[in-house]
Amino acid sequence: MGLRATHLAKPKYVVVNADESEPGTCKDRLLIENDPHQLLEGMLIAGLAVDAHAGYIYIRGEYRYLIDIMDAAIAEAYERGYLGRNILGTGFDFDAYTHTGAGAYECGEESALLESLEGKRGVPRIRPPFPAVAGLYQCPTVLNNVESYAAAPAIIRDGGAAFAALGTQKNGGTRLFCISGHVNKPGVYELPMGFNLLRMIGDVAGGVRGGKKLKAVIPGGSSCPVLKAEECDIPMDFDSLAKVKSMLGSGGVVVMDEDTCMVKAALRIMKFYAHESCGWCIPCREGTLWLRKILARVHDGGGAPGDVQLIHELAKNMLGRTFCPLGDAAAMPTIAFVEKFREEFEAHLGGASCPFESKAVSV
Amino acid sequence: MANVKLTIDGKQIESPAGTLVIEAARRSGIEIPGFCYYEGLALQAACRMCLVEVEKAPKLMTACTLPVVEGMIVRTETPQVAQARKGVLEMLLTNHPLDCPVCDKGGECELQDMVFRYGAGESRFVEVKQHADERQWSPVVFYDKPRCILCFRCVRICAEGMGVGALGVVSRGAASEIAPNHEDRLECDECGMCIDICPVGALTSGTYRYQTRPWEMEHAGTVCAHCADGCKTTLGVRNQQIHRANNRDRSGINGEFLCIKGRYAGDFTHHPDRLRSPLVRGAAGFEPVTWAEAIKLIAERFSEIRARGGAFGVIGSNHTTNEENECLQRIARAGLGTESIDHHRTGDLASLIAAGAPQAAIADLYTAKAVLIVGSDLSQQHPLLAFQIRANWRHHQARVFTVRRGPVREDKIAARIVSVEPGGELAGVESLREELAKEPELVILFGDAVKGEAVARLVRFGSSLGVLVKFVCLLDGSNSRGAVERGLLPGPGGLALPGMMTAENLDALWVVGANPLQRYNCTANSAFVVVQELFLTETAQAASVVLPAASAYEKSGTVTSVCGETQRLRQAFEVPGTKPDLEIFRLLVREMRLTLPDAIALPPLAATANPDLIWSAGDTLFTSGTLGRYSEMLNAVHEAPGELYHG
Repeated sequence: MGLRATHLAKPKYVVVNADESEPGTCKDRLLIENDPHQLLEGMLIAGLAVDAHAGYIYIRGEYRYLIDIMDAAIAEAYERGYLGRNILGTGFDFDAYTHTGAGAYECGEESALLESLEGKRGVPRIRPPFPAVAGLYQCPTVLNNVESYAAAPAIIRDGGAAFAALGTQKNGGTRLFCISGHVNKPGVYELPMGFNLLRMIGDVAGGVRGGKKLKAVIPGGSSCPVLKAEECDIPMDFDSLAKVKSMLGSGGVVVMDEDTCMVKAALRIMKFYAHESCGWCIPCREGTLWLRKILARVHDGGGAPGDVQLIHELAKNMLGRTFCPLGDAAAMPTIAFVEKFREEFEAHLGGASCPFESKAVSV
Repeated sequence: MANVKLTIDGKQIESPAGTLVIEAARRSGIEIPGFCYYEGLALQAACRMCLVEVEKAPKLMTACTLPVVEGMIVRTETPQVAQARKGVLEMLLTNHPLDCPVCDKGGECELQDMVFRYGAGESRFVEVKQHADERQWSPVVFYDKPRCILCFRCVRICAEGMGVGALGVVSRGAASEIAPNHEDRLECDECGMCIDICPVGALTSGTYRYQTRPWEMEHAGTVCAHCADGCKTTLGVRNQQIHRANNRDRSGINGEFLCIKGRYAGDFTHHPDRLRSPLVRGAAGFEPVTWAEAIKLIAERFSEIRARGGAFGVIGSNHTTNEENECLQRIARAGLGTESIDHHRTGDLASLIAAGAPQAAIADLYTAKAVLIVGSDLSQQHPLLAFQIRANWRHHQARVFTVRRGPVREDKIAARIVSVEPGGELAGVESLREELAKEPELVILFGDAVKGEAVARLVRFGSSLGVLVKFVCLLDGSNSRGAVERGLLPGPGGLALPGMMTAENLDALWVVGANPLQRYNCTANSAFVVVQELFLTETAQAASVVLPAASAYEKSGTVTSVCGETQRLRQAFEVPGTKPDLEIFRLLVREMRLTLPDAIALPPLAATANPDLIWSAGDTLFTSGTLGRYSEMLNAVHEAPGELYHG
């Protein structure tokens, strides 16, 4: 009688989420571009820790050039004996592979990533089981993003305490902040956790472009609720942002100046989510499209009195009811935009043209 | 598994551990709505209609993925839940065309029902709806994208239930749509399972669409007239015509299953070539006569031949009812005094019964721990049995073994595949001995490759394994089993079917619902030939008198499926001019003034076993003997006639 698969010990896998797709976020790109070996080292550490012998780096298709960089780094690592059989004589085997995504934001969601990596349609899985139990090919899988793996070598070398000491008490270590939008020096900056947001904009990113006033900041990528200017005197860490009902997210800090139309910003974000909704569940699939249509109509002056309330209600109907967090990611910023800038939405109603349209603004 | 106690809407419920909340609720009479949830198929949690409140859970949970837990408190009718359902339905309707007045599904649409029950009174959606033109994927299947709610039931039933996987999803977000496997058309079983399982009017059927409304039809639950599997099919009839057949209520031995034949091949009943009047051969060919004239003529000739001790041959059918078979053999034996009675034997059930081996019921195929399929292309010839085994494999991880001459669909789920040359089937089975002996129980299905002495050897093999083994002898027709069990087999001194065809001295040949001349030549040219048929088949064309018979859908009675389930046929409508075979027998008996005994001892089955007379007609999913020739749908699909693996 042949052995059934269930009788065998399952292999374990290391998977790297390099499907960096959150608008406003570009840290993983920088890490791979500048030090792909740091990522490989992190993967090897993870592999050694859980006794996995294969690792997959799932890189979004748009990062074509990063795949070449990563492939070259993997080749170099094999050549020097950092990958392959009996690494550096330790008896530990590990193989690393790159895998190209096909351009879906959804595949940044860990279970959809695994589906895609298995060659299937990139839709999320029902959880539990979680990847640590049944991940790639239903085997136990360590799945993290590039930043986490890349941080591992330094933490192993200097110790966890030293890393934690770089941040605040409850939010240790550093974070890569991708500052974009209306600032003089946009870029990716590694800063300690808890760094003040206003200082980040003023001291690190060179202040708001053209000496304009700060209007709003999206603190952690497009899915995070927007902060009004007066909320921005805040330490950038998980707990502080949670207190103001926003999130640190993926570290994508999007700065918007006084000339920015908040309706248009909300619309731009909703366009992204409507385009990226995978179509699996109804509230996300239909909700994002409907919201995109209403926001476009309101922005273009076709809004009716009930529309602002409708936008708010629809987003609330999506929140917490979708299959995966993509629906929440679309709903949360929309709710915040309406709640914090309701008067701006109202100003667009009743045939009024967008008050910001005359000013040359790019969002 | 042990039971757990939970509370749903204040009601104390006990459910086996592992049961999903949606099922536990349904079983205790509490409806939790759902589109994507379909019992037996993979879980999706996609439609979000089944969101419920669970105490201590931070947000609403999908009842379709949540197993019951001891002490769980679930609420399904709170304002929050109602609001969530309303929200989902509102979103679903945004791109739905709301063309219920012209939609085939109107009146039996799950979306319609849900919106009536849980939806909002009016729409807040004022944007432009997405539109896409309707597409035809096959003569059977049409897809209307705007109506589709993307519950993926069709994709799952095709891949999981049928093992075909002809449907998939393309594009993303609100542009997502169901797509066929060959660009713009389907290459599949054309079973129509996807259409029946569709909760809305997105998938519609080529035969039913725009024909009628569900409430305008009479619905008759009867048994499929084609293969031996005995699927229950519910006919929708209006104006004496079948408009559709389905089994959406999942009743009967087949649950929701029907193949193309059960669902669409009932259209032979109203084929223009259908015989509607008795015909008598005259100088210038067939002439229509009245029933009274035809019966009188037959009675006179039969009485005359019997009186002078002439030789009768009687050939029965694989499709007539048990009652008709019983009556026919009694008339033949006691009335006409002949033991020359037979039918086309399609499997060696006689040897299996003679060997006294235990037989498997259809339900056993779904529960048995292991199944061995010997010499049959099951998905083609016995689609329900294949469906059951596939479900068993999916739900219970049954171990499936195939011993066959060429690739079959069951290979995909097989633990072991053994390829054999013709005649090597038993050697192939023997090679699995060690593995099969380790299974706790086994069902062995065998086709016409195993007959005669080989059946006895197979049974001995089964009992030598030392585990519980049950058998299924595969047969062809909707009542092949009834033909064997009800005595349509030659008695002592009687001729078998080929013998009757070659007998020089036969005086009368009486053929009921069979077409032996398709295969044999009849040598007794002077014989008086009576044929009861639906169409002018090769045999009917050679008849002296042809009597137009009612089909299985036009009469009542019982038939026995390949696994031995005896089920009732219910008359769904009438075809004017025809009569059920049983009524024809009754008329003849009366006209001939025969008195028949209440019961007749049948010859022992073992005595009738003759492997040379057993062969399956080899019908595929898209052929069905004579009936199949007259089914427009079976002939319209481009997969037809299909082929089996063996030559």
